[in-house]
Amino acid sequence: MTTTSSDAPRAELTALDDLWFQVAGTLCNLTCTHCFISCSPSNHAFELMELADVKRLLEESKALAVKEYYFTGGEPFLHPHMVEILEATLPIGPATVLTNATVMRPSQLKRLAAAESRSIYSLELRVSIDGYSPEMNDPIRGLGTFRRAMEGVKLLLDHGFLPIVTVAQTWKDGGDDEVFRRFVAMLQAEGYSRPRVKMIPTLRIGAEEKRSRGYSESERVTAEMMDGFDASQLICTHSRMATDRGIYVCPILIDSPEARLGSTLSESAGPYPLQHGACFTCYVGGAICSNFSSGGRDVS
Amino acid sequence: MSLERYQRIAAIGGVYSNHLALGAAVADARRRGVDAIFCQGDLGAFGPHPDKVFPILLDAGVQVMQGNYDNSIGEGLADCQCGYTDPRDNHFAKISYQYTFANTSDRWKAWMRELPQSIRIQLGRYAVLMSHGSPRKMNEFLWESTTPTHFLERVLREHQADVVLATHTGIHWKRELPEDRHFVNVGVIGRPENDGHRHVWYTILDARDGLRVEFIPLEYDYRSLAQEMEGEGLPQEFIDTVLTGWWTTCLEILPAKERKRGKF
Repeated sequence: MTTTSSDAPRAELTALDDLWFQVAGTLCNLTCTHCFISCSPSNHAFELMELADVKRLLEESKALAVKEYYFTGGEPFLHPHMVEILEATLPIGPATVLTNATVMRPSQLKRLAAAESRSIYSLELRVSIDGYSPEMNDPIRGLGTFRRAMEGVKLLLDHGFLPIVTVAQTWKDGGDDEVFRRFVAMLQAEGYSRPRVKMIPTLRIGAEEKRSRGYSESERVTAEMMDGFDASQLICTHSRMATDRGIYVCPILIDSPEARLGSTLSESAGPYPLQHGACFTCYVGGAICSNFSSGGRDVS
Repeated sequence: MSLERYQRIAAIGGVYSNHLALGAAVADARRRGVDAIFCQGDLGAFGPHPDKVFPILLDAGVQVMQGNYDNSIGEGLADCQCGYTDPRDNHFAKISYQYTFANTSDRWKAWMRELPQSIRIQLGRYAVLMSHGSPRKMNEFLWESTTPTHFLERVLREHQADVVLATHTGIHWKRELPEDRHFVNVGVIGRPENDGHRHVWYTILDARDGLRVEFIPLEYDYRSLAQEMEGEGLPQEFIDTVLTGWWTTCLEILPAKERKRGKF
């Protein structure tokens, strides 16, 4: 949901630290009820990115001093060249893949483990699981997906990865610490002795708007709210999202046509009005899309 | 502006109230014949008796800059600005911060407020810029496995430096860049490096014949530090790190490669 507002504060891109790739488009083997871009097996709003286009952007990114590369979809491992894409990325920088861990094959993970060991950079696998039990997860992600994702986690562990389990906060407000503890306990019981867990807020757009509710008109970032606020917490001040249809302002807003900024990275560096309800979640949550190791608020 | 000129310096990263390691580092650096000693901030946190580090720094003439912890303690902020999200990490970070804040005298808080946020020197033919996290952001983590070479080249170019020194992450590393430029994370002396060894690390940089970067493993009286921490009622998890060399808390910040090298 979007309202254009001429007085919405504008966020400047201060540095292109994070380059995201909508590498699998909106194609996913799952149809999660909270997906903010409504990915599914039949959603072709965005298609798979061409390997050559990804490589061209990786090359362009070096001159722009990109610090980290993120790959998402849809489900990235539905892309037939996902391993080649990561093999092309790891020699130049750290890569993170956001996956549901249900379609990765051992042969792919073996190649990725080898690619990471050849590189000085980290390869992070972020696995989406939205409950510490099938009863909590499967109503959101689909019947049987808890078990399948946990098998994926074990496969990753077997190949030497330490996946970051990413949990969307689909429960009612409160109780986050308890959910976190139960996730850690569940993962340890499943054999992940030192689990890494990241909790992220839901974004009430796409399918999630129907599951919970949309943003109210008052849930917007205002100019007053930006007074004294550390703008580096907003993903659009340090990120851009590459898709098969051009460059978008951030990983969240690709369903908003006005969030498409250009066809190259260099022409997509302009400021962007914080006019969406999702901008409010980003404002409140702070750096919700990035890995934690990317580092803290700006205190300089 | 003309910069202070040196040939051989010691660079000490986060101290984290480890006054025993600080004393050992100062003595060791002098023995190794440095022209000057620098400390790149994060004087408090983690360890016991935060006030004990300041006289050592002043007596030894160490040139000190501000880290995010010093910024927080000095300004009386609510937390250390590490920004953890893991509830367990936050729990321990809070204990550490509250203890350090309560046990740092007002005069040293005022002193930390006034510390510079960067230091520039001339080291031989190299223009050196010292930062805490990174030259652009005091609390930015520059890990070896998440910092691309092309990114570092840009940072050095934009900040007009031949050598950039940082700390903040707790693990030392270096990278040689084109055109005889260098990035060095000098490590920390506050706690060991999550490698099962009890020693801590500081760095000597020598520019008499090109740039030589030497990471110094520093032995110190870790048993006494552990006893002091115990006496102050600091968490057993912190003491275990001192005694074993493995990090037990605040692990959330580690990228995959660095995390895999640890035990927890």
